[in-house]
Amino acid sequence: MAHNTQQTHGPGHGVGHGPEVDPVTGATTTGHEWDGIKELNNPLPRWWLWTFYATIIWSIGFWVVYPSWPLISSFTPGVIGWSSRGQVAGHLEELREQRAAMTSRLDAASTEEIRNDPELLSFATALARPAFGDNCAPCHGAGGAGAVGYPNLNDDAWLWGGTLANIEQTIRYGIRSGNENAHVGDMPAFGRDGILQRPQIVAVADYVRSLSGLPVENQGNLTTGAQVFADNCAACHSADGTGNRELGAPNLTTGIWLFGPDRNTIVDGVWHGRGSVMPAWEGRLDDTTIKALTVFVHTLGGGE
Amino acid sequence: MSLWQKHAIFEKNSIILTVGIVVVVAIGGLVEAVPLFYLKSTIETVEGMRPRSPLELAGFNIYVREGCYNCHSQQIRTLRDEVERYGHYSLAAESMYDHPFQWGSKRTGPDLARVGGKYSDAWHRDHLRNPVSVVPGSVMPPYAFLERTELDFRHIADDMRVLRATGVPYTEEQITRAQADLTIQATQDDPDVDGFLERYPNAVARSFSGRPGRITEADALIAYLQHLGNQVDFKLYDNKANIR
Repeated sequence: MAHNTQQTHGPGHGVGHGPEVDPVTGATTTGHEWDGIKELNNPLPRWWLWTFYATIIWSIGFWVVYPSWPLISSFTPGVIGWSSRGQVAGHLEELREQRAAMTSRLDAASTEEIRNDPELLSFATALARPAFGDNCAPCHGAGGAGAVGYPNLNDDAWLWGGTLANIEQTIRYGIRSGNENAHVGDMPAFGRDGILQRPQIVAVADYVRSLSGLPVENQGNLTTGAQVFADNCAACHSADGTGNRELGAPNLTTGIWLFGPDRNTIVDGVWHGRGSVMPAWEGRLDDTTIKALTVFVHTLGGGE
Repeated sequence: MSLWQKHAIFEKNSIILTVGIVVVVAIGGLVEAVPLFYLKSTIETVEGMRPRSPLELAGFNIYVREGCYNCHSQQIRTLRDEVERYGHYSLAAESMYDHPFQWGSKRTGPDLARVGGKYSDAWHRDHLRNPVSVVPGSVMPPYAFLERTELDFRHIADDMRVLRATGVPYTEEQITRAQADLTIQATQDDPDVDGFLERYPNAVARSFSGRPGRITEADALIAYLQHLGNQVDFKLYDNKANIR
């Protein structure tokens, strides 16, 4: 350790006998030294130290007021009885009360009445829009335009019906969802299950394209296709191909395609069958929200 | 030299400093963590929670393997907007059979704690194959290889044995029948489905990947996702009694 006896306390005492004083600042040093640089032993600023002590005292207040210390079989609950679960229950109750003025009117009105009352309709729309975004948009798109395999809700083509009652039924119980009130009815896997041979399926695909006036690759297929259609498809899609909403069988004559109009897609559908699922929302969404969504979907464009 | 000055001992001896740090951290851990193991109120009493079926467990393993927790949380917090968006806040009981737990701490994607039953299997298939095909703004990478990869479930019974060692109440029957049960659940209309449903109440058996005859990693992952958050019977759950 470097020495400078002139700077130590008391003549004749070396390092280690009483604190060394730094000549420039007048502060004592800790006695630590690195390459001639010495550490000053300055006290912590008073304001900092007292603030630190104050935070310790403040934490004791927290122990008293809020749940904190674990005990043998429970924990100290705190004098105000706060809990995060109690808090969110309170917040949800506040929200319910805040909306109650309008939700009670929605609950009391039929979907037709909501549809025809501008004030109720605007509230139902406000309630439905975020619910649609959270729950429906992943399949039907943010604006309800749908995607391949997920119906467009803006047009007037409806697989299961577009009246308010139809829409509510579909939202509440779903389609092939497993709910006992759900829409049911699968299109069979005609190819996979061996009901039809591949040439028959290709022929019927050509025939189905012709129903909506699309160009057909092989005109020779149309006669066979018509026969296959009459024997296998007409039961659900009806003899003229206009579909059947009771069974969710699409109208094949409109030029509106759920999975696409190209021949391969149609062949794939006939081969593997179709049976798209929409979940049942009863239980997941409350009755008011389902009602609001019903009216909202009805207003998107094609409500009947 | 007063007692207050003795800290020099810690500052001058790295071993003593290390021991001191371990002691202080251990006290913090004991106070914060240990009570959670013995306090009865930590895990709620609920109806409906069962250990995962073998297929769901295989899906869980894929979920962990692919690091889904890096972008998806599985905890609906006790906040109004989360309950409004995702449903009832998550209960401790709902993740009591998860080893490791999948609560996550980052939400690049949405929370998945209650995603079960929210979308169709077809949606999950489309979404895993190419997320932007159904969610245009998504930054999730495609997982199309899952439906092309046969599920390797030779060791599923061993996985269940390990979980049983950590406290998941698998029965001997469930473990010995693990491989058969996995096949049953991934098959549409399997003749032995009743026995399977007895062992795993409220499970759903079907071809989750939509390709009957094959069991792929997509089957397992979709089966896992479709059962997330819909096990606890909230009709029988007493919210008020469990406020704490």
